[in-house]
Amino acid sequence: MARMPVQFRLNGSDRAVFVEPAETLLGTIRRGLGDFAPKFGCGQGTCGVCTVLVDGEPRLGCLTLSVTCEGRSIETASGLADGPTLHPLQVAFMEHFAAQCGFCTPGMLMAAKALLDRNPDPTRVEVVEAIAGNICRCTGYEPIINAILAAAQQRGARRA
Amino acid sequence: MLEFRKDLFADERDDNLNVIGKGEQRQDMLGHVTGRTRFFDDHGFGGLLHLKVVRSPHHHARIRSIDVSAAERAAGVKRVIRGQDVPLNKNTLLSLIGFGKDDEPTLAVDKVRYKGEPIVAIIADSDAEAMAAAKLVRVSYDPLPTVFDVQEALKPGAVVVNETYPGNYFEYHEKYDHQKLRFGDVEAAFRTADHVLEERYQMSPIEHASTETNGTIAAPETNNRYVVHSCAQGLFFSLGTTAKILALESNRLHFIGGTVGGGFGGKVDSLTEPLAVLGAILTGRPVRYVLGREEEMQFGSPRGAERHVIKDGVMRDGRIVARQITSYFDAGAYTRLTSYGVVKCVAHMPGPYTIPNVRGDAYCVFTNRVPATAMRGFGVTGVDFSIEVQMDKLAHLVGIDPMEFRILNAYRDGDMKAHRRVAHNTALIECVQVAAQKVNWPLSETARRASSLSGGGGPRAAIPPTVTDESGRIGRPETRQAPPQLAPGAAAPLPAYQSPPAVPIYQLPPAHQPGAPLPNHPSQPAAVAPPPAPIPPVPNPPATPQHGAARFSSVFTRRR
Repeated sequence: MARMPVQFRLNGSDRAVFVEPAETLLGTIRRGLGDFAPKFGCGQGTCGVCTVLVDGEPRLGCLTLSVTCEGRSIETASGLADGPTLHPLQVAFMEHFAAQCGFCTPGMLMAAKALLDRNPDPTRVEVVEAIAGNICRCTGYEPIINAILAAAQQRGARRA
Repeated sequence: MLEFRKDLFADERDDNLNVIGKGEQRQDMLGHVTGRTRFFDDHGFGGLLHLKVVRSPHHHARIRSIDVSAAERAAGVKRVIRGQDVPLNKNTLLSLIGFGKDDEPTLAVDKVRYKGEPIVAIIADSDAEAMAAAKLVRVSYDPLPTVFDVQEALKPGAVVVNETYPGNYFEYHEKYDHQKLRFGDVEAAFRTADHVLEERYQMSPIEHASTETNGTIAAPETNNRYVVHSCAQGLFFSLGTTAKILALESNRLHFIGGTVGGGFGGKVDSLTEPLAVLGAILTGRPVRYVLGREEEMQFGSPRGAERHVIKDGVMRDGRIVARQITSYFDAGAYTRLTSYGVVKCVAHMPGPYTIPNVRGDAYCVFTNRVPATAMRGFGVTGVDFSIEVQMDKLAHLVGIDPMEFRILNAYRDGDMKAHRRVAHNTALIECVQVAAQKVNWPLSETARRASSLSGGGGPRAAIPPTVTDESGRIGRPETRQAPPQLAPGAAAPLPAYQSPPAVPIYQLPPAHQPGAPLPNHPSQPAAVAPPPAPIPPVPNPPATPQHGAARFSSVFTRRR
């Protein structure tokens, strides 16, 4: 089938790419545009390691067709830091040992960012709910939850 | 309670150990949180090709014919690989250390032995084209009867799963159908025991389910070499395996890895490396072979299922006088690492307890299931679970608190283990004491005063004579009525038992004086009370030196 042109913003930069009609956003970001931060884990939308933000909303890259992202803004973990300055979530993940093998981390960070962007002061239950679709097989959920709560607290302190 | 051996590596040691107790940042953490960590699949290559595999839909079938002509003509297909294209299409992982016979093809040729077994590999410009072409491969099968139960597989006349091992069991040292442990006389002890309890424990297979599936990218490099981005947990193990299967000098392979998206034992089998490198050789282009999640479940090895049958003889006062364990490990259709897991299992019998009469038999059995492999303490986890559940049942049977029951039967420094090794640095008693304290579990004064450092050795260090049958052998377990029938024209019957050459018996080092401070131990607490009298052992005739029934140090050296 004929390839189709798609344009979207990826981590603040305008990108244009030709995609197969059935190509997933995950495939386009990784193999088409060379951003390897989002991962492939299951291809079935069950593990969450491919989580990216589309217009600020968490989306599963493996179940999102690239052609549906025309004109949208995509964020991945590669764009989380502000230049050399780490995002508070990244700092908190480092300080709280919230990664073991690191494979779920990029998706986990994006799910957490979506939460904090719309709810800067979440409860523990809300944090658990926000990362419920992200599997960490090294089972490091407690440090991850603590890191997200700590990042929220730190951002709150900065605003006050 | 711990003994620090500061004499080891004394010239390399820096005893300024001031890191413990302080936070220390991991060197890979910054990469993880910025998404810059490169796993095997996070490498871009121009002209990257994609490899997909046609797999068996049958648990057991003869392959009548394979027709790849339509697949070869399909859009985007660059190359189709079949079994005859693999230089050495039969391998077993531990052959690198001389353990076991080659039994598993990279691509099946004449027969498939489990559902999901690879038969044909397709290399195409895209994943989608490779998958579409895979559907065009025509394989015609004659389905064969199957066997899925370990004990069924060992019965005479059972379906032969893997012709390399026609009895459906792994052959240890090329002649023994199982691993054996013998210490004392369990039958005599069962006859004099106050209670005998036999229970059967069955484990299920467990999938590692790492978030990253198995995979490899291989690409031609300069100097006629190939760069291999691998998910392997044992990178050089995988390099050696790939070099062997492809009949390549190992210095032509440049393996890059070590960053693994979850392994837990599921990435030690070199499942994808050989085919990816072969693809790069045959196409001259970078080739990516990544398992989908369904393939990972079907073809990627799980922790295998285990069955443990435990029979214990126990006295009214709580002493276990005999323990017999018969273990069946379901290897699936090929050995992979199960043969080694079985050795570990036998090395762990009878658990951390001093029992004067022990009999262990463990089988590595082939069935038409997915081949099993390593996972987190494999070989020990299942038998340990079974032993500890059994310990609770025994404690209940004799009416003793389960924590006290463990302390009563725990091994102590100086005790002889069933493997004819003297127990050192034992700490089960202390572990139980700490566990009891943490959960406010009341322990008797005797149990609280017990120590691994005292009460062991002496008569508990004796090696009882091992019971033999009328032909002087240490005997087959009664669960096996007869040796399994060998396939016609296959291996010769088991040769007559030959006594192995005598091995020196381990000599007890000078006994540690109870109560005396351990060398270099900073804070040995003073004993609160005199140590309890040693637990009276079951009377035994004077010890005569015997060979170890299982010599684990020799397991990885071929004995002929």
